Amino acid sequence: MTPAQEPLLQVEHLRVELPTRRRTLVAIDDVSFSIMPGEVLGIVGESGAGKSVTGAAIIGLLEPPLRIAGGRVVLGGRRIDDLPYEQMRHIRGREIGAIFQDPLTSLNPLYTVGRQLVETIRTHLDLGPEAARERAIALLGEVGIAAAAQRIDHYPHQFSGGMRQRVVIALALAGNPRLIIADEPTTALDVSIQAQIIALLKRLGRDHGTAIMLVTHDMGVIAETAHRVAVMYAGRIVEIGPVRAIVDAPRHPYTVGLMDSIPRIGGVRGRLKQIDGAMPRLGEIPPGCAFNPRCPLVFERCRRERPELLPSASGAAACWRFAEEGARAADG
Amino acid sequence: MIAFVIRRLCQSVVVLLTVALIAFALFNYVGDPINNMVGQDTTPAERVALRHELGLDQSFLVQFARFVGHAAEGNFGLSYQEARPVGQIILERMPATLELSFVAALLALILGVPMGIYTGLHRRSLLSQAMLTTSLVGISLPTFLIGILLILVFAVMLGWLPSYGRGTVVHIGWWTTGLLTISGWKAIILPAITLALFQMTLIMRLVRSEMIEVLRTDYIKFARARGLSNRAVNFGHALKNTLVPVITITGLQLGAIIAFAVITETVFQWPGMGLMFIQAVTFADIPVMAAYLVLVGFFFVVINLVVDLLYYVVDPRLRIEHEHAAGG
Repeated sequence: MTPAQEPLLQVEHLRVELPTRRRTLVAIDDVSFSIMPGEVLGIVGESGAGKSVTGAAIIGLLEPPLRIAGGRVVLGGRRIDDLPYEQMRHIRGREIGAIFQDPLTSLNPLYTVGRQLVETIRTHLDLGPEAARERAIALLGEVGIAAAAQRIDHYPHQFSGGMRQRVVIALALAGNPRLIIADEPTTALDVSIQAQIIALLKRLGRDHGTAIMLVTHDMGVIAETAHRVAVMYAGRIVEIGPVRAIVDAPRHPYTVGLMDSIPRIGGVRGRLKQIDGAMPRLGEIPPGCAFNPRCPLVFERCRRERPELLPSASGAAACWRFAEEGARAADG
Repeated sequence: MIAFVIRRLCQSVVVLLTVALIAFALFNYVGDPINNMVGQDTTPAERVALRHELGLDQSFLVQFARFVGHAAEGNFGLSYQEARPVGQIILERMPATLELSFVAALLALILGVPMGIYTGLHRRSLLSQAMLTTSLVGISLPTFLIGILLILVFAVMLGWLPSYGRGTVVHIGWWTTGLLTISGWKAIILPAITLALFQMTLIMRLVRSEMIEVLRTDYIKFARARGLSNRAVNFGHALKNTLVPVITITGLQLGAIIAFAVITETVFQWPGMGLMFIQAVTFADIPVMAAYLVLVGFFFVVINLVVDLLYYVVDPRLRIEHEHAAGG
């Protein structure tokens, strides 16, 4: 990556709201990040932190009544969050591919995988039925399905879970997109297969120069795969930066907690650490820093004011401790 | 696949035998056929002779076996009322009922499925709300009332359509059809609407709820995420997945349409099997009643068999399992 390169995707101050009968809840609040071409960005956080909603907002498939209430999504210099449905449709699959969590339910049970692939290919690329079928077979081979020329005429239920996720990846790649949003792509799979799928994603991203936004709650997967990582908590990014820096020296107390809760081979034996308490539900987010009730390092200011992302040497973290440190450094 | 068909055929035979038993039991429990056939001045000796001649003095099982044997040949004996073979009477009446049922079922499908799709896709639209509210009428009003209301408006007040009968019919072999003449078409409109209204609302509500269900599934979300057109997603992917339950219900309802044509046919004096059945009940014409029961049972069984076979056409998961079963 050269510094002069333009980011492929820019998300700026994205805000997603959930209007309810009584009041409007904020699902995503002021989320900004960018992805460079070919880069793997990990988005990590607990269930309900807003990771998947961020992904859905980018491809314009938020489930009503969820809606984008502010901010911009820019893909390759073109604003896409305000496009009409029909124009956005040509971006989905063609520019941005998507992979969902559960491969068992992601494929239409009534059609062969070949039919679903050919349909997707012909939606986006100007190919005849024969050429589309050839591309479909090539894609299946590329995602590691043996005897692709025969398997193409099989129905989804004739594939195992791991194989179906490979088919899903082939479908996401069908339109040759520049970005793939992978929402928990390995969560529903056996541990032994998870590693294969992650390795496949990494290889395909590298081979095709496809950027990947990898949404997961598994810090281990991120550490292996991503170039940069954004940690989300209660609808906001609390820390973002290069994956090595964050894994080696997490700054936000929540990230520290996440890192401590990963079991390590060869580490000191003992109970795994956990973060006490649970993430607040939408509408019950406390004033100040959303993490303050669970934070071991909480002090007065955290309960009053909400910290913004403050840049540091390697990335940025939204925590008052660094503001105080910065202020002290400036004073002294 | 073949094993499945054979198994279903065996089940069908059991069902039909049960229906036949009930139909046959009518002979013994609904009135005395001899009383219906003879005049008041017949002597007891003549009655006994007639009873013997008709085989009514034999044991229940023998009579039932004979009934089933004859029924299998389409021979249901003589009508008490008309003293003609019942099979012949039914054959004369069947075209009218089948045509009416067919037109009604087609009407229900042609209107019900698109309305169901529309209300499923545009749940909040005003038109959907209007259709759903109207459909409550179709579900809650009894058939005879709808028929009478239609007659009142279109036959009596407006005078556009006939209020009874089948219009001019054309004979094609033993089959008579009203669908080749204008007066036949005019005559079939009101009864067909009456018969179709309930089925149409049922199909519409079924398709709607299935569509809503399917549109929530992951494979529909994934299809949208791949940028497929709305038409491909809604009709290619969603609609086909709603078909299995819709085929089941539509099939069963087709049987119900044929069976419940009784009321509509009575209201419109439609010369079909339903009207024949009502007339037979009034005269305690048991052979006709029994034949009608068995015939309706037969229709239901055949329709169910066809429905089961259609599952295989629609859902590949069933096909494959059976290929495996056949191979292994």
